[in-house]
Amino acid sequence: MVTTAAVTGESPSITIASTTSTENSGLFAYLLPLFTAETGIGVRVVAVGTGQAIRLAASGDADVLFVHHPPSEHKFVADGFGLARHAVMHNDFVLVGPSEDPAGVMGMTDVAAALLRISGAEYVFASRGDDSGTHKKELALWEAAAIDPRPASGTWYRETGSGMGATLNTASGMDAYALTDRATWTRFGNKGNLEILVEGDARLHNPYGVIVVNPDRHPHVHAAQAKGFVDWLMSERGQKKIAAYRVDGRQLFFPDALPDTAGER
Amino acid sequence: MANGAHPAEKREYPELATANDHPLLPLVARQLRFDINGCQIIRNISFWIGSSGRTVILGPNGAGKTVLLRLCHGLIHPTDGELRWGDLSVAEARAQQAMVPQRPVLLRRSVAGNVQHVLGVKRVPRKQRQDLVAAALEQAGLTSLASRPARTLSGGQQQRLAIARACVLRPAVLLLDEPTTNLDPGAVREVEEMIRAVGAAGTKILMTTHDIAQARRLASDVMFLNDRRLLEHASAAEFFSSPKDEVAARFLDGELLD
Amino acid sequence: MNPGVNEFSSAIGAAISMIVTLDPGLVEIVLLSLRISLSAVIIASIVALPLGALIALQPFPGRRGVVVLLNALMGLPPVVVGLMVYLLLSRAGPLGPMGLLFTPTAMIIAQSIIVFPIIAALSRQTIADLHEEYDEHLRSIGCTPMQSVLTLLRDGRYRLLTGIMAGFGRAIAEVGAVLIVGGNILHSTRVMTTTIALETSKGNLALALGLGLILVVLALSVNGTALVISDAAQRRYG
Repeated sequence: MVTTAAVTGESPSITIASTTSTENSGLFAYLLPLFTAETGIGVRVVAVGTGQAIRLAASGDADVLFVHHPPSEHKFVADGFGLARHAVMHNDFVLVGPSEDPAGVMGMTDVAAALLRISGAEYVFASRGDDSGTHKKELALWEAAAIDPRPASGTWYRETGSGMGATLNTASGMDAYALTDRATWTRFGNKGNLEILVEGDARLHNPYGVIVVNPDRHPHVHAAQAKGFVDWLMSERGQKKIAAYRVDGRQLFFPDALPDTAGER
Repeated sequence: MANGAHPAEKREYPELATANDHPLLPLVARQLRFDINGCQIIRNISFWIGSSGRTVILGPNGAGKTVLLRLCHGLIHPTDGELRWGDLSVAEARAQQAMVPQRPVLLRRSVAGNVQHVLGVKRVPRKQRQDLVAAALEQAGLTSLASRPARTLSGGQQQRLAIARACVLRPAVLLLDEPTTNLDPGAVREVEEMIRAVGAAGTKILMTTHDIAQARRLASDVMFLNDRRLLEHASAAEFFSSPKDEVAARFLDGELLD
Repeated sequence: MNPGVNEFSSAIGAAISMIVTLDPGLVEIVLLSLRISLSAVIIASIVALPLGALIALQPFPGRRGVVVLLNALMGLPPVVVGLMVYLLLSRAGPLGPMGLLFTPTAMIIAQSIIVFPIIAALSRQTIADLHEEYDEHLRSIGCTPMQSVLTLLRDGRYRLLTGIMAGFGRAIAEVGAVLIVGGNILHSTRVMTTTIALETSKGNLALALGLGLILVVLALSVNGTALVISDAAQRRYG
């Protein structure tokens, strides 16, 4: 089994620190076996919030960092924890909410304006509240709307401190608005009364980056296999596989390193 | 009259036959005292037990009989005074004694298992254990119950098991504390028969009771205790016909002593 | 239709279908759960049983405080243990070089710590009670301390077993610590409880509930067996 091999460190196997959104989307369950089959390198994924994933990688508890918050990722590399950031794929965030849409934001193309309407009338909003990539994106959008919702935390602004799926469960149970990545939403099995209300705003772009943890910083890191993984992801083959991942017929992730998609960035 | 100031050097009771070859006799006590939390439980008791017959410590409840027995067995230590079994100290003598307390503790095992446990503790070679267990159970009349859980036995059966377990290695002395309290007459008879048989086989019996009739049935000599003092020590014949101590006489008359 | 009821009946359906088809995913996580919790209990028992007996039998200064502490540690929050073990095993931590984080070994370590006070406290209680009952008899027949301990352990074996099973029940139901130190990695450190948490977070409530039902049956069986054993022993030996 991959596990015991990983512990001895002799056979090739790597640990990826990634996010709950990526895990919940099912991408890894689809992609990683393909990689292992081709290279013989086993992959173990620890899925936590982006903030926690970065801390994991910084302590050397993972070989690869695979998250979706470019500012933090660039800092990670600048601080010497990672070798280089590779833009591997993207999708987008969507604003979901109750089908009755009391705030009347359905169809809006300006997500900041939508948030303004929601907060103005104090309709319930479920936030990740966990320092994740999604959370940081959400806070950036509030800032764009010139609102700080945090003082209202505990009233209409509910910080769940949980992963994407758990937060969606909470939103579903409370008929609340929430920001989610499209991939997790598509796969999510408990949508309840919620549906996508706002999408398409350029600010909802969700880029993913992959970084090899710096072996100079943490010599025990399986750098060769980690690089092998990143190379595979960024190769035409890997990129095509990412594009081929479908849920309910929908493509969830859009590769960033394929020659014909490079322009979409 | 007598209040415990019996000199222990002399043989006070010539009418009691002495056991000359018994390894643990005479049992000699000198000015024995036992206090707990400042309370005197045993007051200045001296005696001399040399006979190989069945010595019964008789007295009302609360007289200190159980405590005296436990002192003799070494489960507790006297606050003051001396106690010796023949040439041995109490601690040294304990290995050749066995005691059956008022409520015997039976292990959570079978009847046979309880006897086997003692043999294991005393490191008897395994080959000999089976026969010893069988003999002990037969002596107690418990052979058919050998594999029954010991704690499911009736009161009388448990008592017989406790005695058999105590005697499996033929101790030099068997101490029993109120061995038939709460037993029905049939069980009392069976237990008393066992005690006689054990005594007849050469074990010195030292037992306590508050039951005058039982003392009459079993005693060769009687030590009368009241209110934590030894008031009289005489042969059974002497004691029951004409007790020297007037408190003892009142007790034998059926009076309630305070 | 009431969504809760619908969920429940799909859950039972999911559970039954997984069991009947011996779904390999299910088998894998059940076996891993059992392996981790059983290992934890065995390791904890090896230390806890003798330690409990020792505390029960050997007076030492401060013993009362130790007993109170041991009983209090039964309430140690598992997630806190998980966090502490995580900090210990992380590469940034003292035991980092051993590379144990995110492995079943880490989960066994965490669960052993959680389960240890339960077994030690119950073993101490059992031995102390038996000692009080047996002490005079054992002294009378001249038991050495070692013989005493062995007698007490042997006669207390059913109660001790019940304590061990209580520890197992705690371990198999635990989710916080194993999630933190194990990382819930597919095919590696994913057990029943963490799978339930994951499927719930994916909104797959029926599946999560189905797994939950299986876990409940497992836990009930263990506790039920413990009860039957101790009951039978009680009736037989008293």
